[in-house]
Amino acid sequence: MTVIAPSPATHRLVPARLHGPALDIRGVTKVFTSGPGLAGRLRGKRAPSRRIVAVDDVSFSVERGEIFGILGPNGTGKSTLIRLVSTLLHPDTGTISVFGKDVVTDEAEVKRLINRVSVDPSFFKKLSPMENLMYGARMYGVDPAYARRTIVEILERLGIEGRSIWSPMEDMSRGMQQKVAIARAFLSAPILLLLDEPTTGLDPHSRREVQAFVREIRDLHDATIILCTHDMNEAETLCDRIAIVDHGRIVALDTAAALKDLVRSAEQPEPTLEDVFLQLTGRSIEEDIKEEELK
Amino acid sequence: MTLAAPIHELRASYAFVERNINLTKRYWGWEVVWVLYTIANSLAVVLIAQNVNAAVGATALSDLQVDQLVLFLAVGAIVWHYLAVVFETVSDMISWERWEGTIEYTFMAPVRRSTHMVGTALFSLVYGFIHTAVVLVVIVVVFDLNMGNADYLAASLVLLVGSVSLIGIGIMGATLPLLYPERGMQMTHVIQATLVLISGVYAVPKEMPEPLATLSVISPATYVIQGIRDALINGDSVADLWPTMLGLLAAGLVLIPVGVQVFSWGERHAKRTGRLKRSG
Repeated sequence: MTVIAPSPATHRLVPARLHGPALDIRGVTKVFTSGPGLAGRLRGKRAPSRRIVAVDDVSFSVERGEIFGILGPNGTGKSTLIRLVSTLLHPDTGTISVFGKDVVTDEAEVKRLINRVSVDPSFFKKLSPMENLMYGARMYGVDPAYARRTIVEILERLGIEGRSIWSPMEDMSRGMQQKVAIARAFLSAPILLLLDEPTTGLDPHSRREVQAFVREIRDLHDATIILCTHDMNEAETLCDRIAIVDHGRIVALDTAAALKDLVRSAEQPEPTLEDVFLQLTGRSIEEDIKEEELK
Repeated sequence: MTLAAPIHELRASYAFVERNINLTKRYWGWEVVWVLYTIANSLAVVLIAQNVNAAVGATALSDLQVDQLVLFLAVGAIVWHYLAVVFETVSDMISWERWEGTIEYTFMAPVRRSTHMVGTALFSLVYGFIHTAVVLVVIVVVFDLNMGNADYLAASLVLLVGSVSLIGIGIMGATLPLLYPERGMQMTHVIQATLVLISGVYAVPKEMPEPLATLSVISPATYVIQGIRDALINGDSVADLWPTMLGLLAAGLVLIPVGVQVFSWGERHAKRTGRLKRSG
């Protein structure tokens, strides 16, 4: 197996000593409102017309080196939580810190420690994987010569080879684009890696490749990983602990085995994570996903 | 304080230059269309001057006066094209990233927003110069313009110094797509249209109707266009145009920090309200 060395250039920007838990979230709430619009305001309306509580008083802590799963259907606040940690949103209440650094007041320092792979791989579509990844590498302070060499190594490791590395991203399948997104995040050698449904839409083979790569990042590169998913198997296979999220709240948090113990009974001696989700939220995650897709 | 952070920011600014160069190369077909469109627009404006006598059906202006009018409008069209390219490249930096879907990735990266803007502005200057040079060559050849009197060094310096304040206004304009995902880009076009109206691109500012003449005084583009007309048509030197350049530099030194401050406020607001998300 090819093992990719972390970028020395990036590590110079990271503080030598990191204190505290990798991620500490205390009493965080995020509410989105949509206003009455310009016409409404001119008519004297002030109150918001729509109010959505995306994250509702969430607290948890993740230790260095953990793979921590956030399990829940679409639209339940997982991505909002990841955006809050990524410094892309500010919490309304509560605090979020990454190795003791607050995401709002120490934003610049937090950004050096993290990277994120979102459910929707976001790239300049006309640019090639090499051009897109060089853009990311330069922003993260990775030495350009090292980056050019490593980009080829990581992409080849993920099954993207030859001309594909130099062709526009728009010519690639969604699965291939997602692999490039993972390579881009890995290139900056994040200490905290945020994965927001990284395997959604991938074929089973690609999914296994990505899952193996995630383990490798944790085991060989001292990264802590937050993994959002609605895939029960993925959560159980990869995560040390799992938080089940429903309507913006954490309804249970523990190891997969301990979560199963919560619902184990004489009638259900060998419960699955799906059974746990069903019992704690009152509905099946598959139903939720289908419902969301129909909206 | 170590030098690592400033060096990182300086190097990171090149990320935006290189990315925009790559995008320009990849969208080369669009660049050709854009240059042809600009040339056609500029030629149309200059043709108005060349055909002024035919249009009014009399010899209203002598040949010399027609040549002066041709030069006046040609310089206005070319300089405005340059300023518009610089303004658009800076003000569209957010709209472009929203359209591509990369805005969250860029905003999550460990670079200061000023670094992002410096990189974008540097690219806009080079891109604007090259684009404008092509248009200038075509207009000079087609209309056989007499530029024998021109002081190109003075004109270039006025253009360069004047770009700084346009970059400042562009940064303020870029805040609009940040705050209004659906219509922010159109709003920046309103700023651009206002600048072209009040800055004496195709008219003498003091001869414009009263409200426009008053507004022209506060537009830096007015002084850039006038300064370049003085350099290219009247042959004014760097020494002659020094006060204009000093004023433009002062305006730029005020407008850029103000622009960055306005943008920072917009970014904080976007992060509170969730407007960085692509769909808004």
